[in-house]
Amino acid sequence: MSEKKLKYVGTRPIRHDGVDKVLGKANFGADLNLPGMLHGKILRSPHAHAKIISINTAKAEALDGVLAVITGDDFPPPPSGKGSVEGPQDFGDMARNVMAREKALYTGHAIAAVAATTTRIAEIALKAIEVEYEVLEPVMTLERALAPDAPILHEEMRAKGEEPLPEGPTNVATRTVMGFGDVDEGFSSADVVVEREFTTETVHQGYIEPHAVVARSISDGRAEVYCCTQGQFMVRKYCSKVLDMDPTQIKVTASEIGGGFGGKTVVYAEPVSIVLARKSGRPVKIVMSREEVFIATGPTSGSHIRVKIGVKNDGTITAADATLNYEAGAFKGSPVMAGMMTIFSPYRMDHVRIEGFDVVVNKPKVAAYRAPGAPMAAFATEGVMDELASQLGMDPVDLRLVNAVKEGDTAAYGPKFKVHGFIDTLQAVKNHPHYKAPLGPNQGRGIACGFWFNAGMQSSANVILNEDGNATVVTGNPDIGGSRTSMALMAAEELGIPVDKIRPVVADTESVGYSDLTGGSRVTFATGMAVVEAAKDVVRQLRERAAQTWDVSVDDVEWRDGHAVAMNGHADDHEPLSVAALAGSAAKTGGPISGRASLNARGPGPGFATHICDVEVDKETGRVSVLRYTAVQDVGRAIHPSYVEGQMQGGAVQGIGWALNEAYMYDEKGKLQNPSFLDYRMPVASDMPMIDTVIVEVPNPTHPYGVRGVGETPIVPPLPAVAHAVNQATGVRFRSLPISPPRVLAALDD
Amino acid sequence: MSTKPVEGLQAISVTVNGEDYTALAEPRMLLSDFLRHECGLTGTHVGCEQGVCGACTVRVDGAIVRSCLTFAISVAGSKIDTVEGMAKANELHPVQAAFQEEHGLQCGFCTPGFLLTVQDLLEKIPSPTDQEIREHLSGNVCRCTGYQGIMAAVRSAAQKMQT
Repeated sequence: MSEKKLKYVGTRPIRHDGVDKVLGKANFGADLNLPGMLHGKILRSPHAHAKIISINTAKAEALDGVLAVITGDDFPPPPSGKGSVEGPQDFGDMARNVMAREKALYTGHAIAAVAATTTRIAEIALKAIEVEYEVLEPVMTLERALAPDAPILHEEMRAKGEEPLPEGPTNVATRTVMGFGDVDEGFSSADVVVEREFTTETVHQGYIEPHAVVARSISDGRAEVYCCTQGQFMVRKYCSKVLDMDPTQIKVTASEIGGGFGGKTVVYAEPVSIVLARKSGRPVKIVMSREEVFIATGPTSGSHIRVKIGVKNDGTITAADATLNYEAGAFKGSPVMAGMMTIFSPYRMDHVRIEGFDVVVNKPKVAAYRAPGAPMAAFATEGVMDELASQLGMDPVDLRLVNAVKEGDTAAYGPKFKVHGFIDTLQAVKNHPHYKAPLGPNQGRGIACGFWFNAGMQSSANVILNEDGNATVVTGNPDIGGSRTSMALMAAEELGIPVDKIRPVVADTESVGYSDLTGGSRVTFATGMAVVEAAKDVVRQLRERAAQTWDVSVDDVEWRDGHAVAMNGHADDHEPLSVAALAGSAAKTGGPISGRASLNARGPGPGFATHICDVEVDKETGRVSVLRYTAVQDVGRAIHPSYVEGQMQGGAVQGIGWALNEAYMYDEKGKLQNPSFLDYRMPVASDMPMIDTVIVEVPNPTHPYGVRGVGETPIVPPLPAVAHAVNQATGVRFRSLPISPPRVLAALDD
Repeated sequence: MSTKPVEGLQAISVTVNGEDYTALAEPRMLLSDFLRHECGLTGTHVGCEQGVCGACTVRVDGAIVRSCLTFAISVAGSKIDTVEGMAKANELHPVQAAFQEEHGLQCGFCTPGFLLTVQDLLEKIPSPTDQEIREHLSGNVCRCTGYQGIMAAVRSAAQKMQT
């Protein structure tokens, strides 16, 4: 880790994409139109659980203006066997989620699709498609899914994982157990033990831009896709799996992305639009409605979590035990494992046991949502910790300080922690004026901590030096939170040229090396590493060109503040050469200069945060108002502090919405009752106070500038922080979210 | 069930950002679709089709309206302003400049609606209090920023417009 003073990293330049966005010129997913383009619409199941007996598309196909109608039969068989599962993705399930085959598994599941000359004709054609269903009992809760007589979503599915497992057909996809020590022994040495159960509902990421795609099929079997996504290479790979194509037959261009938060990390309409384009011979655009986004794209899991923690009278944790049940939606693959890996990780413990169940229900298949699985886990653990602090008569921050993991401690999920700033965040909270500010009647204050491990993974970057001395930084990661400017800042630091002389570009899948998607808080860390390496490659070449120009050894040339400087007795003979001078003479010294790097980044560095929340509870209406909020987080190093603050504030507000208002509400038939922004209410400006931020910087030693992932950790503490504040204001412990006015009133009446 | 699309296109003329547009459209066509598809002005974004998120906000004869709740035909003959018309002669409107400088946006999808709503606010109340800002903006949803950068941008724009 270089200790030299940084010139560009840590400054707050205007974002490179800002001008186009304030002018209305940025192109989002729905903004592209191609000549001859058709409009696609998807027919969606009105039933949460039903066998598909037959689909008759004849009447739809006969309509004027309809050029293609497709069903599951127009897709290749869902992948199975070798290559059909990669990490958490089962491409057979994905194919069935993109277009239902034998069964409709949630209200909104795609059944068929049409492409027509206008959206109006496409809508009429959908109504002309006749589907015969055999309606089955829907499974809408974890309790129902796990009951011995529960209807089974997937007859062929057998539970995997640690014994004991349910036998025969089941809605349990996996049971996982982790931990170490002997929890019985640990609890027997405890002075106080608290065991509680917590529930959270299905919530949606709520990005404002609905999914949108334009696909074009090319006569030699290739396809081109333009869409809003968190990963153009992800779309390429997943479409290739679902459509049995080679990845390189598909070119994907990512549009500007109007929010994602994890929700745009899988494919939905993209493969459908390719099949429609192929069948019709015309480009096809599909833009989801808001209702489709709610009912047919992945929200995050509803959960039920039991947590038991034992402590000594001085607060030291002796043992911890948890059981997590997460809804996966219609196909296996909830973030329960991430919930398990984060649930006890902020605290040191010798005896720990964590058990998790991945359970299918008749809701849309969940997708990632900002620190997937962690907020609900923290809601449970922090809730028990808050109650323990109260029973012990300890300050809740002090209880965390007694137990906080340090460098070298073993995390509950296995690895040893490297250096991090968790304790620094706790100290910052204790020293913050907010923590000691007076409270009025019906007001309360809560604190809570959050942990997220962050991701590294594969990234590529090209740094191209142009003939005018400006640089183009090309990466393969859609810019979801300001990453382009962060890339430019790191390149500026390496090259020694101002950040406004660098143009950061998000390239399509044919213009840059493979890059894993934008997610896991990985881009500034991992893609940033690739940019730094590629920029160093450019600097190496610049030094070589200077050495050649001066006829000295490259070892006699140093790179300083954007200039090649002659060293070792040559300094008096040669004036330093600037980037612009070296770029301008490149044709004479060997040709264009560009650098590249592709890497698999390791050691992302964990993120820890501690938040303080003040609320006031209106005992007449049950409304909880957040009065003041402070988010403290170890970010490693803030490359662009304004963007870091923006992530901390935005994540906190999403978490507050989850705590207080947001929830999917289903009727008994499994139909979502609130698939709109009117009825699924997300926070607006008048709901929120100032969100204060405190950036703690404990550099991550594995990153050249000390970066840790930032974006996800901020959504982890708010759920418990809000609940604890409400507890202090009302004396009631809320262990089910959301803490909505009817629930508050009901609890106060008791 | 109708199996034929509704015919009966009507010529609709509006002035958008000072330019006259005439297009044939069905009476059911929404102003948001008219602007995006007939005028090619894709800076007006559609997020909810229900008038809740505010991303589609435009100004019709000066008043802020939700273009996703407005039939194009109902504003025929009106003067419409969209985000594309805010900057004059390559100079950003002070509200646009302030949103850039104060990091009042992350993904930028909700931004056009916020810009027009803030422009309207500052014309009515040149020096709004924080509470007035928050209330005036309560019909626009931003999922990225937590509204802090947006608040800072509005305060900064108010100052710019007074000097």
